[in-house]
Amino acid sequence: MQKCVIELKNIEKRFGPVVANDGINLQINRGEILCLLGENGSGKTTLMNMLSGIYQPDGGEIYADGKPVAIRSPKDAFDLNIGMIHQHYHLVDVFTAAQNIVLLDEDGKMDMSAVNSRVSEICSKYGFDIDPKMKVYDMSVSQKQTVEIVKILYRGAEILILDEPTAVLTPQETDKLFAVLRNMKKDNKAIILITHKLAEVMDVSDKVAILRKGKYVGTVITRESDPQKLTDMMVGRTVSLNINRPEYQNPQDKLIVEGLTCLNYEGVKKLDNVSFTAKTGEILGVAGIAGSGQKELLESITGLYPVKAGSVRFINEDKSETELVGKTPGEIRKIGVGMGFVPEDRLGMGLVGSMGMTNNMMLRSWRKGKGIFFNRKNPEKLARKIWDDLEVVTPSTTFPVRRMSGGNIQKVLVGREIASNPPVLLTAYAVRGLDINTSYAIYNLLTDQKMKGAAVMYIGEELDVLLELCDRILVLCGGKVSGIVDARNTTKEEIGFMMTSVGGIKGGDRK
Amino acid sequence: MNALILLLGAAGAYGTALMFGTLGEVLTEKSGNMNLGVEGIMYMGGIFGLIVPNVYEMAVGTGNANPFVAIMLAVISSFAVGAFAGALFSFITVTLRANQNVTGLAMATFGTGVAKFVGELRRLKVGGYVTLSNELKFAFDNHFMPQFLKDIPVIGRILFNQSEFFYLAIILAIAMHFFLTKTKTGLYLRAVGESPVTADAAGINITKYKYLATIVGGGISAVGGMVYTMTTAGCVWIEASLSGTGWLAVALVIFCTWRPLNSMWASILFGALMIMYLRIVIPFFPTELYKILPYAVTIVVLVITSTRNIKDKQPPASLGLNYFREER
Repeated sequence: MQKCVIELKNIEKRFGPVVANDGINLQINRGEILCLLGENGSGKTTLMNMLSGIYQPDGGEIYADGKPVAIRSPKDAFDLNIGMIHQHYHLVDVFTAAQNIVLLDEDGKMDMSAVNSRVSEICSKYGFDIDPKMKVYDMSVSQKQTVEIVKILYRGAEILILDEPTAVLTPQETDKLFAVLRNMKKDNKAIILITHKLAEVMDVSDKVAILRKGKYVGTVITRESDPQKLTDMMVGRTVSLNINRPEYQNPQDKLIVEGLTCLNYEGVKKLDNVSFTAKTGEILGVAGIAGSGQKELLESITGLYPVKAGSVRFINEDKSETELVGKTPGEIRKIGVGMGFVPEDRLGMGLVGSMGMTNNMMLRSWRKGKGIFFNRKNPEKLARKIWDDLEVVTPSTTFPVRRMSGGNIQKVLVGREIASNPPVLLTAYAVRGLDINTSYAIYNLLTDQKMKGAAVMYIGEELDVLLELCDRILVLCGGKVSGIVDARNTTKEEIGFMMTSVGGIKGGDRK
Repeated sequence: MNALILLLGAAGAYGTALMFGTLGEVLTEKSGNMNLGVEGIMYMGGIFGLIVPNVYEMAVGTGNANPFVAIMLAVISSFAVGAFAGALFSFITVTLRANQNVTGLAMATFGTGVAKFVGELRRLKVGGYVTLSNELKFAFDNHFMPQFLKDIPVIGRILFNQSEFFYLAIILAIAMHFFLTKTKTGLYLRAVGESPVTADAAGINITKYKYLATIVGGGISAVGGMVYTMTTAGCVWIEASLSGTGWLAVALVIFCTWRPLNSMWASILFGALMIMYLRIVIPFFPTELYKILPYAVTIVVLVITSTRNIKDKQPPASLGLNYFREER
């Protein structure tokens, strides 16, 4: 059997004037895990979408087992035994796992018992655990991912493409996934993994192919390389991978949260008796599985989310306390409590997409000034300052922010929120979807704020970053505080356990 | 009690037209296409389902017309005109990717206009009401169930004293339920309406499913318009009488939570709510308030299902959205 199953030669793809892929060469081998590494917008997903039949290449050839092929639709890809697991799962929520799987079955019949038995056969072979009769909307993220993988294995995929599969998993789930991938590798399947987490690349892959700005940089063998080398290839110049974490002298309590409890509109507890203190000169990280109450926590502090019980007290300069619960965001601002808020939904809650930088600055200051006309001068000045200071790439301050790249949008938002040096800065997933360079720029901005004496809260997904950036980490699990740990002397595993069970599992269960 | 039974019996007749309208729209919406043009489609079905047998009867001469042929002609012609409207809707929304709401509303206006125009044209041509002979009228509203079934207390009058179309609608509802839940094609169709991305990645031809469901759905809805004209309206074309039925069918789809089996009882219920002002008169209670009852009930159901957020009772997830593979 030939080792190389798929070969890409000189692949090109353009979206209008934008070149997404330019002269890409790639060899995909059986029994091998290949990582595709690159910054955001470097064309990794586009390239893989061409393999799975979603996009058509504008130039170049694809060879399967040495023969040139054209992949015109997802069905063509399946016929070549290529299966892709997308970042956003392709599952029908109201179907059961088995019904989702049977969608891929070419056989016209609907023999659910045969499907179920084949599913359990695949599960036992690779070490999965799913209930075929469970509805997808009842599943956790990692269960959904399992269904996706089983689905394409059921269709007989020999070449599996996984697009950032670990972005939403806990460390333990990630380990489980990697164990499955290694099993598949032993079974002589070809696996392509798209990721930007270097630690994972080093852990699981055999080879790494690197893309930069749509161009092919090269392929290296993982064990002959190291994270620094890979980053340099990816970015094109040397980047420091260490986050600077200076210590602030004499931190003071700034925000005291006690017994905070919130219900959603269905009456389900999203936050359950949450208590903590945020201090000046400190970045307080918030970790947790997606949907553990992170969003509700920040929104209830800022007055956006209804609070059932508990208190949020802001410590003023003169040590007096101001209660924030029960006040609207407008009232909070009126009484002079300064809070910066970087919501996770940048264009939904943070900025107005169709307006330029200046107008977006004005969203923060439109109440200022007298008379019926706006004061446009100061917002314009601020926009220009952010444009220069944060190196925002935009043609003008009136250019709609929606059309900027994700990183630039985030810079505008963070820049606006820190412009007034708020004593409390709340950020949710501030680097989500940003590439390494921009992420580090954001980390530095947050650290600057911290050293200016702000109490910074940082909700993050990547534990590695939380451990390096934050001073303390608050771990949420199902709306409860699972624990608050010192980021300087804890481990990823410990936080991982706290994320999945309140207080973490002590003893035997650890490996 | 007797008044209630009489009401429900009559509601079954009006409900039959609603049931066809609803079933057609359920099928359409299961593919993710929201065709708001049901009103226009039922109007067109109503007039063409009458004119074609009318032309046939005039061609062969009154008394010579075969009732079965007349019924088949009515069903086929109304289905065809509805299917045409469905195809037009699909072409505009699936192929040309226009906004579905706008297209549907245009379809409602267009269909109503066409039906009124054609009806008026025919009226001038025959010089009077467009109608059929009494013999054919009887064939269309034939309560053919044996007398002993009709004599069963309570349910006899409601369930067995109905026209043939009532039973056809019931069979259709059950068949559609079976199709959607038990067959692979039905599963594919639901996948297209729920998550076209998933269906596409599974190699299902989205365009084909959307077109077919919308065309067949439009046809079924149009048959509902024909049934109304030929039974409730007594085979006479009166422009205004069909007005609002199509909108009610759209409301019924929501009320049924997109399930064909629910449409069986829900259509009769809505039929009863619609004609209640004729049957149960409360002094000084304005009939206009009566007439909004079905819509009020729909709003209540919408409020209940959306606040309780039962996943299985939600509309198809991609309802009203057009799909384009490379746009994401």
